[in-house]
Amino acid sequence: MAEFSTSVRESGDISIINLKGFLDAHTAPTLENNFTQLINDNKYKIVVNFSDLAYISSAGLGVFMAYIESIRDNKGDIKLTNMSDRVFNIFDLLGFPLLYEIYKNEDEAIKKFSGS
Amino acid sequence: MSVRNKKRTGQLRVKSKTENLSEIRDFVSSKAREAGIPEITVENIILAVDEACTNIIKHAYKLSPEGEIIIKIDYDKEKFTVTIIDYGKSFEPDRVPLPDLQKYYREHRVGGLGMYLMKSLMDDVEYISVPGEYNQVLLSKNIRSG
Repeated sequence: MAEFSTSVRESGDISIINLKGFLDAHTAPTLENNFTQLINDNKYKIVVNFSDLAYISSAGLGVFMAYIESIRDNKGDIKLTNMSDRVFNIFDLLGFPLLYEIYKNEDEAIKKFSGS
Repeated sequence: MSVRNKKRTGQLRVKSKTENLSEIRDFVSSKAREAGIPEITVENIILAVDEACTNIIKHAYKLSPEGEIIIKIDYDKEKFTVTIIDYGKSFEPDRVPLPDLQKYYREHRVGGLGMYLMKSLMDDVEYISVPGEYNQVLLSKNIRSG
C-alpha cells in the first residue's frame, strides 16, 4: 500500500503542512482532513511543503482545488513550496501556476504572508 | 522476427480499490524498467495508468470495491502499450481541452484532470466501450529506439 503521511506545524499565525510519500486517490483523504481541521480552527494562512513528496496524481491536485476558494474567501491562501521538478511539472501541465503561488522554499512563502 | 523484436507481455488483475493503486504503479514500473524505458518516461506512464485506474474505480465501478480491473502490458523495442479492462459502467470520453481550472475548482470537478493528464503524458489514448460487457482503455508510448 502507498505510504503517505502529513504533519502540521505552526509558524506564528501560519500553518505549514508537510507532505511525505505518495499522494493519490487512496491517500488524498489524509490531506483533506488536514485542510478541514485547519478551516475548522479558522486557520486560513497555509503553506504546503512538498519536499518529501515522491508522487502526486490528479486526485492529490484536486485536494488543493477543493479548499482554495473557501480559504481565499476568508482572506487566507494556500501557498506551495519545495516541489521537486517532477511534481512541479505535473502542476504546471495542469495550469496550476496561474492559480497558486509556488515558491522554491518555505521562508519565501511565509514572508509573502507576513507582507500582505 | 528477431529476438530483439520479440513482444513481451505481462498481466495484473486487481479489485477496484484505491488501495491497489500502488500495486498497479509498481507493476507498471517494473515492466517499463524491464523494457529499458528512460526514467522520466517511466514516471509519465505510471501516472497515466494511475489516472486511468482511478477513473475506473471512481466512475466505472462508482467506488464499489468488488469490480475487476485487468492491466495488460505489451512491449517491443518500439512501443510500450498498457491495456486496461474493466466491467463497470461504460464511459464516453468527450473532447478533452485544457481544463478550465478556475471553473473546475468552483464546481469541485477533478475527474477531467486525470483524462487531460493521460492524453498529455502518452502518445496515444484509445477507448473502446461495449456497454454491458466491458470497457477498455489503451495507453501507448513510443519508445525511443537505439
